[in-house]
Amino acid sequence: MSWWHRLAKRKQMEEQLEKELRFHIDQHAADLIAHGQDPVEARRQASIALGGPEQVKEECREARGTRWLEDASLDFRYAVRTLRQKPGFAAVAVTTLALGIGATTLMFSIVESVLLKPLPYPEPGRLMAVHGHSKTWNTAVYGEQNVAYLDFVDCQRQSRSLELAGWVYAAGTLSEPGEATYVVQFEASPNLFSVLRVPLFRGRTFLPEEDRPGAAPVAILGYSLWQRRFAGNPAVLGMALVFNGKRYTVVGIAPAGFRLGGDEADVYTPIGQDTARYMRNRGPHPVTTIARLRPEVSLVQAQTELAMIGSRLAEQYPDTNKGRGFDVKPLRPEVGDVRSTLWLLLGAVSLVLFIACANIASLLLARAVSRERELAVRVALGAGRGRLIRQGLTESAVLGVFGGALGVSLAAIGLRPFLAFWPGALPRADEVQLDSQVLLFALGASLVCGLLFGLAPALRAPAREVEQTLRAGARTVAGSSRRLHSGFVISEIALAVVLLVAAGMLGRTLLRLSSLDPGLNIRNVLITRMALSPATLINPGQIRAAWDDVLDRARRVPGVASVAIVDTVPMREGNNQLGYWTTAAVPPENRQPIALATSVTPDYLKVTGIPLRQGRFFNDHDRMDSELVIVIDEVLAQHAFPGQQPVGKRLWFPDMGWGPVRVVGVVGHVRHWGLAGDDQAPVRAQFYYPFAQVPDRLLRRWSELMSLAVRTRIPPLDIVEPLRRAVRGASNDQVLYEVHTMEQLATDSLARQRFLLLLFGTFAAVALLLACIGIYGVLAYLTGQRVPEIGVRMALGATGPDIVRLVLRQSLAMIFLGAGVGAIAAWAGGRLLVRLVQGMQPTEAATFAIMIPVLVSAALAASFLPARRASRVDPMKALRQD
Amino acid sequence: MPSRSDLPQGTLDLLILKVVALGPVHGYAIAQRLQQVSRAVVQVPQGSLYPALHRLENRGLLAADWKETDTGREAKFYRLTRKGRAQLQTEAASWRRLSEAVGLILELSPGGAE
Repeated sequence: MSWWHRLAKRKQMEEQLEKELRFHIDQHAADLIAHGQDPVEARRQASIALGGPEQVKEECREARGTRWLEDASLDFRYAVRTLRQKPGFAAVAVTTLALGIGATTLMFSIVESVLLKPLPYPEPGRLMAVHGHSKTWNTAVYGEQNVAYLDFVDCQRQSRSLELAGWVYAAGTLSEPGEATYVVQFEASPNLFSVLRVPLFRGRTFLPEEDRPGAAPVAILGYSLWQRRFAGNPAVLGMALVFNGKRYTVVGIAPAGFRLGGDEADVYTPIGQDTARYMRNRGPHPVTTIARLRPEVSLVQAQTELAMIGSRLAEQYPDTNKGRGFDVKPLRPEVGDVRSTLWLLLGAVSLVLFIACANIASLLLARAVSRERELAVRVALGAGRGRLIRQGLTESAVLGVFGGALGVSLAAIGLRPFLAFWPGALPRADEVQLDSQVLLFALGASLVCGLLFGLAPALRAPAREVEQTLRAGARTVAGSSRRLHSGFVISEIALAVVLLVAAGMLGRTLLRLSSLDPGLNIRNVLITRMALSPATLINPGQIRAAWDDVLDRARRVPGVASVAIVDTVPMREGNNQLGYWTTAAVPPENRQPIALATSVTPDYLKVTGIPLRQGRFFNDHDRMDSELVIVIDEVLAQHAFPGQQPVGKRLWFPDMGWGPVRVVGVVGHVRHWGLAGDDQAPVRAQFYYPFAQVPDRLLRRWSELMSLAVRTRIPPLDIVEPLRRAVRGASNDQVLYEVHTMEQLATDSLARQRFLLLLFGTFAAVALLLACIGIYGVLAYLTGQRVPEIGVRMALGATGPDIVRLVLRQSLAMIFLGAGVGAIAAWAGGRLLVRLVQGMQPTEAATFAIMIPVLVSAALAASFLPARRASRVDPMKALRQD
Repeated sequence: MPSRSDLPQGTLDLLILKVVALGPVHGYAIAQRLQQVSRAVVQVPQGSLYPALHRLENRGLLAADWKETDTGREAKFYRLTRKGRAQLQTEAASWRRLSEAVGLILELSPGGAE
């Protein structure tokens, strides 16, 4: 019979074995009776001759070879039975573990999907990012340098090791069909989707003939735009849409959820059709470039080849390409700055899991100690020690797996709500799911937890001193387990201290940050981005007239006090950083100090309420033909003209191509990078320049980025609709988008800190609760063990309060030790927190001074109940208790 | 009475195979046979008999059927398989070789070690 067969027919085999052995005994007895033995005596002798039937059966079973599996299933069923007998304990243990594992699994699935998973394209290891580099580019401030369009085309044609594709970020107004809205556009090379090996959802990508200036305008729709705007109508292919005033034919639909660099485009147009000057000039480098290594080409080969192409181009075009080279690096997913936050949260949640495990270990240990007699009996009956250990571990593994399964379902339920709750946008959020790796992690974690908290109790299975254990009373066995129990309590308290201090630090930080002065009056200010009608973007004169018209109309909306146009707004994404110098001898780009530049109309100061410290702000006389002027903030005044009077001095800005500009005023500093991040930001110097003095050649590009800032006399959101109607323009295609109040922006700038505070606060509360439950449980158990001793003490004259003091002393020892260890760990953890979270204050004694007493009092309160119960012990009963 | 000697390990299997080779037989009969034939020198603890039988059955050297005895009870009868027969021959041969060799060594007289 095969092994499998034997396993399946187990019951039958057991019956047959029983029958066989009984037959043997009967025969033997019959023989002995035939020889004249007394029947009862004969049976007894026959049984002895065969040996203990159970033992014989065990050996026969071993011979069967399916032992270990049968044992495992026996252990499993036994474990389930014992857990069912104590439903309270089982429920508490499983729930505690489920919460711990659920939270950890949830965080891990986010960490895995956002930080660890490779890009969602086929063969992501062969995808590369191509950047330019030059000696003068300031990567720290501006990020990686991209590629000029003409350079991109040359590299594409000449490279044999790489297949290059690229795109340029743009945006524009989609006016037909439907209402005009502002949408995100990518100008993409035709092979973008094929290099990534992502099939279009429908239709086709651009043809090479369409990728030329003057070719028939074609476009690919983004999936969400197709759903929102065209209701998922499959007949959209071949339809026309009007984008930025031009008519395009739709030829394809991008796949659902397709993102590049974290952004989803609404419209894709061929990059080759863009005739803007900055595309035809090798100087600017707007093209984000990726590439796929061709088969059997190594990264080093590709790097060398591109370096060669780079130096060839530098020789051919020395004006623009001198000193410029190209780098090839593996393409990594775009995750922004969430990395540290995610790891931090995963770490915190693991601490909670540890505490939960310590609690359960403590519970199991208590149970094991009370079952020592039972185990000793079983050893006496012939159970091997290994067998008992295996059984103990199975029990805790079962707990672990049940808790883990429940935890995974909790994580599955809570994942989407948690993501919705995340402040701001989480990169790759739509890729987050509970996939097989996460489930494997959860399974591993549950088993490890199960084994961890089962180890201590299981190893207590008695080996040698069986006799002693059987004879001894219960009162003698509490000794060695007390150290373990204390160890659990101490570690729980220490971890709880760490989480409490972290939550306290976050709370203090949030309080401090909320009270910071943003530098402007954030009440009653509305901020909205605006797109001019594409028809007005023809020449600079028309553009300026269009903006003047917009300002006029906006001022006339009822409830509006003042209106200004501004390009970058404090505490909102977007900034313009320019190098400056105080003399005409400007040093190379990467050695210039940097300042934030904001282009504004004269009413900006009235709208924002930024204090004017010296000199004057702009007025209507500052125009294209008058002297170029700027207004700087206090920080720039400090950096550029320390100890001097800045008004009247001059600055040079090579990026704007300006000659010297004169400083006519100094204003107060504004926290541009948000309440949390501004004080530690690397670039804090600011200056303002008049919108009227933006050079003609830049005016069109600037117009794509402008926003309206409006000070209102009534609640700002009330004027949104009237404002929208007022600036709609003659062709109804001037749109407002990204509408916020300044108060919202200020609050949102602290969103991450608030979120972390909420989470850490929850973790700390849970940790404290678990630790108190742990202390209560352990103390109740330990005092229960000491009841006879207490009886003796009381008989010798101790009073109730004496006993209470005795128990509390024991508890206090554990609490203080735990708090001490925890304080040290919290101090170290605090430094980590300061490094990872923006705006954190360094660890202060005040936080410890508040949190540790909170913990100690909670722990003492938890210890009080067992202490009181101990003091109520009846000494007579205690002394008689075995 | 000659002192009882313990059975060397592994020899039990050989003896069982031989007894079963004489014809299908149940466990108790095997025990009796072993005791009778060896004139009570070979003492097989009955507790080791059945594990050995089951082991041999699992290895495919014995096959078992449930049959009626003369007294009308059902018992498990073991018989030798072809594989078992071959194994028996091999084991018996190596046992004879071993006992010959041991005998030769025991015949050695002092000084006759060449």
